Amino acid sequence: MSIVVNNLTKKFGSQRAVDNISFEVKTGEILGFLGPNGAGKTTTMKILTCYMAPSDGDAKINDLSILEYQDEIKKKIGYLPENNPLYHDMPVLDYLKFVADLQGVPKERIQNRITQMVHVCGLNVEKHKKIGELSKGFRQRVGLAQAMIHDPEILILDEPTTGLDPNQIVEIRKLIKEIGKHKTVILSTHILPEVEATCDRILIINKGKIVADGTSDMLRKRARGEEMVRIQIKDFENRDTVVTALKNLASVAIVDFVKELPDSFLVTSKENQNSRKDIFKLCVQKNWVLTEMTPIETKLEDIFRELTTN
Amino acid sequence: MHAIWVISKREFNSFFDSLVSYIFIVVFLGVGGFFTWLFGSDIFLIGQATLQPFFSIAYFTLFFFIPALTMRMLAEEKRIGTLELLLTKAVSDWQVVIGKFLACLILISVALALTLPYYITVWALGPIDHGAVWCGYFGMILMSMAYIAIGLFASSITNNQIVSFLLALFIGVFFLIIFDVLAGSFTGTIGQILNFLSMSTHFDSISRGVIDSRDLIYFFSITFLGLMLAETSLSKRNIVE
Repeated sequence: MSIVVNNLTKKFGSQRAVDNISFEVKTGEILGFLGPNGAGKTTTMKILTCYMAPSDGDAKINDLSILEYQDEIKKKIGYLPENNPLYHDMPVLDYLKFVADLQGVPKERIQNRITQMVHVCGLNVEKHKKIGELSKGFRQRVGLAQAMIHDPEILILDEPTTGLDPNQIVEIRKLIKEIGKHKTVILSTHILPEVEATCDRILIINKGKIVADGTSDMLRKRARGEEMVRIQIKDFENRDTVVTALKNLASVAIVDFVKELPDSFLVTSKENQNSRKDIFKLCVQKNWVLTEMTPIETKLEDIFRELTTN
Repeated sequence: MHAIWVISKREFNSFFDSLVSYIFIVVFLGVGGFFTWLFGSDIFLIGQATLQPFFSIAYFTLFFFIPALTMRMLAEEKRIGTLELLLTKAVSDWQVVIGKFLACLILISVALALTLPYYITVWALGPIDHGAVWCGYFGMILMSMAYIAIGLFASSITNNQIVSFLLALFIGVFFLIIFDVLAGSFTGTIGQILNFLSMSTHFDSISRGVIDSRDLIYFFSITFLGLMLAETSLSKRNIVE
């Protein structure tokens, strides 16, 4: 099930919540939707789930337009909205049955699906309770269970791990990864490690526009073209000689000291070049002992901040 | 059709999950019974085997109770966001509105069915006009349909239950009293129109045992209009500027 979004725009009055965005999601891909509050993530999801019509543009889900084939599309999508709204006066099992019924799961399969979802989402202990009596984490599981009950081909999850404890978060991420092997998943989140842990691809959106699209590695590369390593050297006489020697290497662009660590240096390579081999050879040649060489990765947080603040 | 039924069933059960339905039925039967048998122009005062006293009191109790039943139906779902979840399932806005309408209508039918012992008792007391009784019940159902539709519309335009309740009463009171009163002070075409708009004109003629197509058209029109406005107000989110 592929999703193709074409020039999608949603206006609320004069404000453009989603501004002419286009992207594609392939079958079996887990797409992480990132962005600050009010960036347009939820609005995009609401449009894709046929809750709202876009002001302009179109999205096709398996070549079916969301403007025309809403009934077919709704059956293929499982949706967990933000804040996970549920009927608090209903018992978990009744609620799952209600949703399954509504989504047109054949009668003979309903019981089977419910059992499966209760198992997958770890609801067994709480399944007879009313939803209102459950803790937030369990409600979140009920939300996930209802989204998946009809075995949808596309899952759209708006902040699926909010309110869960660390163990549950790991479990839910594992679950999403598992589902993502066969299905198309779009999930939005503020938690950056979560995107790295679960998503194949990241889409960063700010003020209704896409500001970055790619795997986390690609985004890192884009954010900082040059490779940076931190090295620690022992048995040298003078810091300045080390710096000069490093600077003279053909692949090295910048060398910096590291504060409070007199034997450490930050070495930035020239664009599209790799300096690690040269550094090693230099140390061997000069008889310096290289005790550490750590590539410094740009954190996703930094990329996110860079892209979403002006 | 299946989706409508699933939604109705859930709504109907939720009436019984909370105390709403029990309170509604008890009070409806209590007030109805009190004024039919014990107080005011009750059956013994009139001295006729007729359910007219019950119908005239139910005419007012339903006017108050129906907005209380419908007020949360869409407003509350909008407030807590379950409406979004519901409408992203394989259901249309119409199905949601009709489903909720039916759930409420079924609850009122249950309450009305529970007054059948009144009918049987009166029947035992003297010669009763069966046609008039059944027409009275039929009129009650028609009137309830109109009020439920108005209540659903009121519930669809706000996410505050109190506002929804008061708005439904406000719209309802025009059909219940105001058009009637105004009709008395106008003559000619305006007077006739206002008279036609008044619910009591149509309800009285039905509960006397006369089913006229004009009365049916009147009730069905209000019902349809109310439901259509409720649906329109729900699907407002889809309007492309």
